[in-house]
Amino acid sequence: MLLDLPRRSPAVARLLLIGPGIAVIGLFMLIPLGLMAYVSFLDRGAYGGVVWDQHTVEAYTSFLFERNLDDSLTFNTDYLQIYLRSFLLSLSTTLIALLVGFPVALYMSLAPAKWRNLLVFLVTVPFWTNLLVRNYAWILLLRTNGLIDQWAAGLGLIGPGESVSILYTPWAITIGLTYSFMPFMVLPIYASLEKLDFRLVEAAYDLGATRLKALARVIVPLSLPGIAAGSILVFIPSLGSYVTPELLGGSKGLMIGNLIQLQFAASRNWPFGAALAFTLLAMVLIAMVLYLTRFRKLPE
Amino acid sequence: MDIRRFPGTRPIAWLFFAYLYVPILILIVLSFNANRTATIWTGFSLDWYRAVLSNNDILSAAENSLIVAGAATLASTLLATLGAVGMARRRFKGQSAVSAVLALPLVVPEIVTAVATLLFFILVGLKLSLVTVIIAHTVFCIPFAYLPIRARIEGLDPSLGEAAADLYANELVAFRRITLPLLWPGILSGAILAFIISLDDFVITYFVAGPGATTLPIYIFGSIRMGISPEVNAISALMLFISILFVSLSHILGRVTNR
Amino acid sequence: MTIKKTLKTTLAALALVAVAAPAQADGELFIYNWSNYIPPDLLKRFEAETGIDVTLDVYDSNETMLAKLQAGATGYDIIVPSDYIVPRLIEEGIIQAINTKSMENVGNVRPAFQSPYYDPDLEYTAPYMWGTTGYSYDADRVPGGEVEDSWGPFFKPAEELKGQVVALNDVSELYTAAAYYLGYGRCTESATEAQDILNLLLAQKPYLAMYQSDGTIERMIAGEVIMHQQWNGAAHRTKMERPSVTFVYPREGVPYWADNLAVPTGARNPDNAKVFINWMMAPQNAAEVSNYTGYMNAIDGSGEFLDEALKADPAVNTPPEYQDRLRANTPCSAKAIDLRDKVWTKLKK
Repeated sequence: MLLDLPRRSPAVARLLLIGPGIAVIGLFMLIPLGLMAYVSFLDRGAYGGVVWDQHTVEAYTSFLFERNLDDSLTFNTDYLQIYLRSFLLSLSTTLIALLVGFPVALYMSLAPAKWRNLLVFLVTVPFWTNLLVRNYAWILLLRTNGLIDQWAAGLGLIGPGESVSILYTPWAITIGLTYSFMPFMVLPIYASLEKLDFRLVEAAYDLGATRLKALARVIVPLSLPGIAAGSILVFIPSLGSYVTPELLGGSKGLMIGNLIQLQFAASRNWPFGAALAFTLLAMVLIAMVLYLTRFRKLPE
Repeated sequence: MDIRRFPGTRPIAWLFFAYLYVPILILIVLSFNANRTATIWTGFSLDWYRAVLSNNDILSAAENSLIVAGAATLASTLLATLGAVGMARRRFKGQSAVSAVLALPLVVPEIVTAVATLLFFILVGLKLSLVTVIIAHTVFCIPFAYLPIRARIEGLDPSLGEAAADLYANELVAFRRITLPLLWPGILSGAILAFIISLDDFVITYFVAGPGATTLPIYIFGSIRMGISPEVNAISALMLFISILFVSLSHILGRVTNR
Repeated sequence: MTIKKTLKTTLAALALVAVAAPAQADGELFIYNWSNYIPPDLLKRFEAETGIDVTLDVYDSNETMLAKLQAGATGYDIIVPSDYIVPRLIEEGIIQAINTKSMENVGNVRPAFQSPYYDPDLEYTAPYMWGTTGYSYDADRVPGGEVEDSWGPFFKPAEELKGQVVALNDVSELYTAAAYYLGYGRCTESATEAQDILNLLLAQKPYLAMYQSDGTIERMIAGEVIMHQQWNGAAHRTKMERPSVTFVYPREGVPYWADNLAVPTGARNPDNAKVFINWMMAPQNAAEVSNYTGYMNAIDGSGEFLDEALKADPAVNTPPEYQDRLRANTPCSAKAIDLRDKVWTKLKK
């Protein structure tokens, strides 16, 4: 029987065990990613699709330059602006998540042991619920005459019949992204704070440090790996988000994810879509490499 | 001064948990609202749930979702279990590279995976259908199934396996009698996570779904674009219930077995 | 459970899934249609009468549909393309010849639809619904209770309507309307004209709540917005629930379109597709679609089955004085489309 083989050689056994999983990811993920990179160097078909034997860097030049009718190139910032917007929205999402997430993680790590597991669980639950549903919940809250409007009117912040009009704006996108990815910030910071040796903080106090000083000089530096991991884990999915800008942004301001999707829908420019996706992937990988060289460990 | 207290963190934490749960709770409450115009409470009603459960489109989308999640969970959990067992043996050259590949689906943004997978299917000439959805789901479910199993193995005493190997002299028998029963909680927990992740996926499915492969999230996306309605409230709340049920199950499994 | 058993069940389950999918053969029909564009009850009746099992997927624009088909979503038996995109579908071999003329019910097709420019011999398509794209507004909530019959109030809304206007998320529809407002053709190849169109759309953008083609009816009924670029049938359905809603035929030109039933090349059940197309050309069936969607059909004899409200609504039954405002959606050159796509990207950036 085939499965008896492993006894003979550990290497063969390992191959039989790990092989299938690696093969599946390799075949259906690594090869497709390579293929995507290849497609980004192909010529687009007139009505969509690609011309398989025509190689060109058009997809990359068209990111920065616009080809005029007379075939000359002019600098074009359209796509850069979309990337910039995505960066800014993702960055503000990450910052808000960090500002809120850090105190929360600190509170959790200092909570009595019996509560900690429950708190961690409570942070993770929303992550496992459907992303569309979570965004939908915010539409319910933010829409004109929605609950936020009703509450604001009840508090006298706005007049009756008026609206805070936040839905379908970049603000709504930021709120949605923060809501969606917040757990990714809290958990890694919590993980590093939980391991923190509190005798160091004690020592800082003994040396006359105030709470704030102890926080700034001891706790934050020691939880840097968690902060970095959390920031990456919030920033990356925000950057590639498609659902939130679509639903909460009212398809008014594209983010990278929507721009990519557009190339495979209305614009039918696969090479450009592939190039955009590949650029996004490259940025993600660079962020990972930077993290790894600094902290030498995969974020958990 | 109590050095283990940071004043100010408690209210922030409470506000944070409120922020996490209030939108979800409101959605659930509104799904039981008798009023058609979704945001004004007029009374308790199960009408919208009845409407959802008698809507054929929703039922067939649910059926598709279950087929996909079921198949992807089986396949990914099997692959992940084998992989986790393989990785737990002696350290070997290239182990970190293998780890990286196993974690790859977690790192690559969903939209990139979706594009790459779609292009791959086009190139190899595989027609988009429920099968292409299952394949794509299997891939990104692998790390979710893998991590809990791996964690479980790390928590085991390695001498158990060695003792078993001595006893039975046949690795396979040792594995079956000793290792596997010990791994079951991890495997189950991994399978549940894979199942939820597959059930919830939208972006990748959206790209690689073919004729008749509308899953629940795709249906919900279409409905949300139609606007707010009590039916969407109800089906969203149902999705929430299912996810929360399963994730609690996985959590309990993890708690029980990690003692 | 032993490992062998586990393996076996797993493999069996996987194999089952693998064979179950391609095994879908006769007795089925996969329809890919615009969202909210066919009455569910009619499909049920079709299933009951023919024994054919219908599966319906939906899209929100011709471009989305084309992209999905090009990306390998073959296996749909029926698609519903608009006039301007049909020539491209034929040219690229995406739809197959079905020889509508040989079908039993083709005699019901009104003379005006027997030889459309995009398929003169009805070789590839059969007419489905036709309509116009204007915009509608809630008379109760606009200043003065009325707007003039121009695209102006839509592209340059009153300050009071800021954030209360929605445009269709459909590059073809929005671009065409803007072009007409400025007095240009919808297929302009002039870069300066395209620039003017872009400027107009950019100036309008701050006034828009969003770009969205799905759920126009629900959004207007709920009073979520006051003005909405809308198809006339959708406007009719809106008015049924909210009588203060009025549909506008802008004097600068109203895009007129005709949607068609067609069969993709990769159809799994082409014969069932033809059964369906023929069935849809029966007067009562066509009328039911009209009553549900609010659009006119192209079938003679369907009039007697139409709701009175539909026939009485000027949004659907274009008044004679507006007839000369209707303009057919002709297909554009690749150059014009490129220009249009650029405007779209710049608009959405």
